[in-house]
Amino acid sequence: MAATKNKKPKLAVWKFASCDGCQLSLLDCEDELLQVAEIVEIANFPEASRAIQSGPYDISLVEGSITTPHDAERIHKIRRQSKVLITIGACATAGGIQALRNFKDVREFINIVYANPKFISTLQNSTPISYHVYVDYELRGCPINKYQLLEVLNAFINNRKPNIPNTSVCIECKRKGITCVMVAEGKVCLGPVTHAGCNALCPTYNRGCFGCYGPKEGSNTSSLSNQFEEMGLSNYDIVRTFRGFNAYSDAFRKESEAYEK
Amino acid sequence: MKSKTIKVDYLARVEGEGSLVVNIKGNKIKDLKFKIFEPPRFFEAFLIGRHYTEAPDITARICGICPIAYQMSSVHAMERIAGVKIEGPIRDLRRLIYCGEWIESHVLHIYLLHAPDFLGYEDALQIAKDHPDVVKKALELKKIGNDIVNLLGGREIHPINVRVGGFYSIPSKNEFLLLLERLKWARDAALETVRWAASLPFPDFDFDYEFVALRHPDEYPFNEGRLVSNKGLDIDISEYENNFFEEHIAHSNALHSVNKKGEPYFVGPLARFNLNFDKLSPLAQEISKEVGFLPPVTNPFKSIIARAVETVYACDEAIRIIDNMDWNTKPYIDFEMPGGIGYGCTEAPRGILYHRYKVGPDGLIQSAKIVPPTSQNQKQIERDLYEFVNKYINLPKNELQWKLEQAIRNYDPCISCATHFLKIEFIQE
Repeated sequence: MAATKNKKPKLAVWKFASCDGCQLSLLDCEDELLQVAEIVEIANFPEASRAIQSGPYDISLVEGSITTPHDAERIHKIRRQSKVLITIGACATAGGIQALRNFKDVREFINIVYANPKFISTLQNSTPISYHVYVDYELRGCPINKYQLLEVLNAFINNRKPNIPNTSVCIECKRKGITCVMVAEGKVCLGPVTHAGCNALCPTYNRGCFGCYGPKEGSNTSSLSNQFEEMGLSNYDIVRTFRGFNAYSDAFRKESEAYEK
Repeated sequence: MKSKTIKVDYLARVEGEGSLVVNIKGNKIKDLKFKIFEPPRFFEAFLIGRHYTEAPDITARICGICPIAYQMSSVHAMERIAGVKIEGPIRDLRRLIYCGEWIESHVLHIYLLHAPDFLGYEDALQIAKDHPDVVKKALELKKIGNDIVNLLGGREIHPINVRVGGFYSIPSKNEFLLLLERLKWARDAALETVRWAASLPFPDFDFDYEFVALRHPDEYPFNEGRLVSNKGLDIDISEYENNFFEEHIAHSNALHSVNKKGEPYFVGPLARFNLNFDKLSPLAQEISKEVGFLPPVTNPFKSIIARAVETVYACDEAIRIIDNMDWNTKPYIDFEMPGGIGYGCTEAPRGILYHRYKVGPDGLIQSAKIVPPTSQNQKQIERDLYEFVNKYINLPKNELQWKLEQAIRNYDPCISCATHFLKIEFIQE
């Protein structure tokens, strides 16, 4: 990784509704962290440092989904301070697991979890960052792949396009020479419609893909659902299969809604 | 009368979003609030209607730092409903993956989140400028913990290989043997960490805490045991909700977890160390004795030493497990799910993590309750802050503020986990 300018680009890391896992990926770059810190100026990263520098920032990494009125405003302030805004992970790119509320009445959820519902300030829907502001680049995954994160940072620092595959998990599986867990073993697998990025992790461990990276562009979800029906899945099983960490992404949402009727 | 306000809008070097406000008038605390403004995420609500086999994958998403703890508490609860007991190699592998999570999480906290407080740096990257070797070594040690989770769980954040009944698959023996040599290096590095942590300057601050942790007759607790305390508690985990309650605190409108008497209690590495010292490996006991760190330890700032001792233990235990493993084991056991109510309580790096599920005969979850360690420690954290301000009210404001932040970080709070007990207040810019 090498910066093209003499001045270090300023990096900020922001958090909305999330588990912190995607920003933790940066601290999990044990071999690369100190090198990254030499190349960029980590100007705002509260999980790692008390020292907070004011904006503007050259690159903002945004984790988490928008779930409160306050956060819906805060993201605009962040956008205004950021030259490049990159969302990291399923929460920021698709609304995350907390978007399961979007299919129900959130007031019902509040009553289940909280003793004092009146204290809770929340929006009906959990939405991706791109529903609110312009996003320069989205990095998929629940969690993101840390090597892809380094590639994206490297690309933006050097003013080039990130080299991130946009095929399906199926392609990664074939490249690794793994026997198809759905065809050979009858396991439910979202691999054919899921964006690549995990290097076919679940099939490698002998289980079906459950869609951490969300839908691949142009994925044929209804064809896969037909296959699930043939395998004996009930409509409700199919709804649940598409409603994971990327439930509110267009392709998975529409497919689950088709089986809910 | 002279008054001062300490306001930390955004607590750094903790997981999640929290703040601290202290109002002091003259020599008295007028108001003190440790607040959490993390948005609610509603896990207990959307678990309803999901299949019991999905619980480990879904609950892992509560926390990126300790997903194994969520997976382990949920699989144990489900297995309890089914009346299944996991023994032998699968049980050992569950201990092994927990070793990985403890090493990763403890080392992250010791060196990257907590050490800067003791050394007067804003963060570990600044430490690296003056002492690059220390930080490089810390990152290598942390990486070994992550590599255990990576190998057995598939990836370090939200692992995919844990299932009710065991694992989806077990990697080859050779891959584990490759970890062995590095783990021996890690054990030495962890021993050094204990010596280093014990030499740090600790504020004079002790308190008569109720420490709560799991206790198992044969081993240092990860997944199983009875819940015990230094004040006489000794219960099965199914009795948890008869002994610990959520309370409405008027001054903060927050729900805190308290014991039967309505008092705070202390969970985490220091509680485990104080209650289970005799179950540590001989090496971990030896190093504790060498540095004069022996139970009862009642200074919460010394939790960093307890984390270091537990890192030695986790390396030692991982080596023992890999050395003695029968690798020709089936990765999981099959069973029927009759439905019913089940409990799981395991020792997350930050302390006990309680789960209770009701599952129907169709295998679908009907209700879920999850009490993370930070929710349980929250009232204790607030009391520590109160006592600390009382004792050190004359410290210069900046110094007092930093010490209070450090007092919160003693507990390694994981605020993303803890949200659903707290009022959501927005004071962040």
